[in-house]
Amino acid sequence: MNDPLMVYVGLPLIKGVVILTVLLLTMAYLTFAERKILAYMQVRIGPNRVGPKGWLQPIADGLKLLVKEDLVPGRAERFVFMLAPILIFAPAILVWAVIPWGETFTVAGTSITPFLADINIAILFVLAVSSVGVYGIILGGWASNNKFSLMGGLRSAAQMVSYEVPMGFAVVSVLLMAGTLSLVGIVEAQRDASLWFIFPGILAFGIYFICGVAENNRNPFDLPEAEAELVAGFHTEYSGMRFAMFYLAEYINMMVVSSLAVILFFGGWLRPFPNLEILAFLDVIPPVFWFAGKVLAFIFVYIWFRGTFPRYRFDQLMRVGWKWLLPLSLANIALVALGVLLLKG
Amino acid sequence: MTDPERSLFDVEEMEINFGPQHPATHGVLRVKIKLDGEKIMEAKPIIGYLHRGTEKLFETMDFPQCIPHTDRMDYVAAATNNQGFCVAMEKLLGITIPPRAAYIRMILAELQRLASHLVWLATHAIDIGAITPFFYTFRERDAILDLFEEYCGARLTLNTMKIGGVPFELPDGWLDRCSELVDGFNSHIDEYENLLTENRIWKQRTIGIGVVSAEEAIEWGLTGPPLRGSGVQWDIRKIFPYDRYDEIDFKIPIGKTGDTYDRYLVRMQEMRQSVRILRQCLDRLPDGPYMARVPKVLRAKDAGMVYGSVEAPKGELGYFIVTTEKATAPYRCRVRPPSFINLQMLPAMVEGHLVADLVAVIGTLDIVLGEIDR
Repeated sequence: MNDPLMVYVGLPLIKGVVILTVLLLTMAYLTFAERKILAYMQVRIGPNRVGPKGWLQPIADGLKLLVKEDLVPGRAERFVFMLAPILIFAPAILVWAVIPWGETFTVAGTSITPFLADINIAILFVLAVSSVGVYGIILGGWASNNKFSLMGGLRSAAQMVSYEVPMGFAVVSVLLMAGTLSLVGIVEAQRDASLWFIFPGILAFGIYFICGVAENNRNPFDLPEAEAELVAGFHTEYSGMRFAMFYLAEYINMMVVSSLAVILFFGGWLRPFPNLEILAFLDVIPPVFWFAGKVLAFIFVYIWFRGTFPRYRFDQLMRVGWKWLLPLSLANIALVALGVLLLKG
Repeated sequence: MTDPERSLFDVEEMEINFGPQHPATHGVLRVKIKLDGEKIMEAKPIIGYLHRGTEKLFETMDFPQCIPHTDRMDYVAAATNNQGFCVAMEKLLGITIPPRAAYIRMILAELQRLASHLVWLATHAIDIGAITPFFYTFRERDAILDLFEEYCGARLTLNTMKIGGVPFELPDGWLDRCSELVDGFNSHIDEYENLLTENRIWKQRTIGIGVVSAEEAIEWGLTGPPLRGSGVQWDIRKIFPYDRYDEIDFKIPIGKTGDTYDRYLVRMQEMRQSVRILRQCLDRLPDGPYMARVPKVLRAKDAGMVYGSVEAPKGELGYFIVTTEKATAPYRCRVRPPSFINLQMLPAMVEGHLVADLVAVIGTLDIVLGEIDR
């Protein structure tokens, strides 16, 4: 089992396929979950026609989008228009290469690591790759040759760029505590410290999550696709599978932000209070379920937000980002650095 | 593509056609806006996409036949449209309606006001990005429409008033069901207010947006909540009472600054006042006929003209009717629709604001295109 072909080609391939399958399925059912949960929050029932209790709805939706006509507006910039959805979808998937979802486990004598790659700059990789997505949005908005799309694209670019800064700073404070850029390393640091980083990093977490919601263009920061003003924002002109790629990328990005939040602040695949022996019975649940459960809890919060909040206006959004979150995140770095210095020497 | 006159750093205003097919223009309103970035430099509402020639149609019809056409003007508040026409016609023909008819009319009109305000709240909130209130308000609106359906068979285009009274007696048990709805209604209003009134984002999006001073509001002829939001105590139900509003005890809620938030608060308060009016009407509903004795063919005695108006949910709805001698149909009928007059204020309210505020202001004016274009 230890021949190099298997270790360097076979296993990564299998893992890649598993990740992709799980990801796409989760994503499809997240759309279903969102519609159902939102429906119950809004005294409705939600989709319940396709399959038992509506469980085949996402599949029907996917099929519908696949067979829909792929329209390209006559005066659109054809190449860029077709490239844009790929530009947003590919990075969203690519990020999953470095996200760890469990502990190393053994199957048939081979120890298998639950991630495709544990690179030592994983967090940088995630931030760098996911920020490529903004090109997809701005190019898609521009190439559609539609004023509403263009404004959606511009808003989005401004929004994502401004919120990436405080988000990065919030992450930096975790790096200070963990002393590593590797995502696996960060979770292990939390295990060794017997402490989830949410406790010392509550402020950083707040900033991170607000920025994450803004990065994902989700309510209350869903300005780029503000239906009431910009029709559907940057993807107004898209149809069929190209539209689906924008739509799905949004869900994958939600999962990325949630996973990162779990890894950085909520101990990744660790059970709550990893230092308390009394809670050892919780170990029955495999780490991967702990991870998934925490991520889903975050997704629920996203949906909850959507059911509750009105939308910010563009200038207010910018003000929140630059005037509140940025100074706060800087102050937070100083605080955490001081704390780390005092405690660890 | 490359124009020698234009350099890379030239600034250009972007012109956008906002509507007529747009999710937030409440129908087929078209607003031509000039944008500098996101800032609105100029806004010009263009109307007429829903013009059906209602006023001209009136001229070809007997007086009672006009009533179904009034339904289709402000189609989310048909009962008050009927009421306006009937009040004007009764003034013209000198008919006094029996007390029971007046009370039934007031009940229907106030239920309609609630329904109309619920539609306003739903769409206004959804324009600003809060999607949940929509479903809550439509739940209650549906209950109101059920009552209408039980009374007159229709849910939207009610045709529920006649010149001289109302067309039917209330069905058995209707009053109890109405009572039940009215009693529970304040708690539903609390529910909506929980979601919005103290919400930081909601406040940021509405406070200081589309400010209209009291003087401006009067100069532009605003009526209804847009006028009261600016702090002017003006309500046709109080100033020129029709039906039996003079017997009812209610307040006219007013705002202070005349911004979108104040208009929101005014409408929420109005709903509570409507509940109060409904309660009193239901308690005091007198016995007696529901229809005055009127001739089979309504005929104007002399050539003349009359203006009758009611407080519709959106403002003062007036009918100016001119007749010739012994006429059975109006010679000319001019409708004063509140939305049409209120919409004039739009350019002045949005200039200098951002695009996002445009939808907030359209929402706060609470326009219905059926009434504007007629």
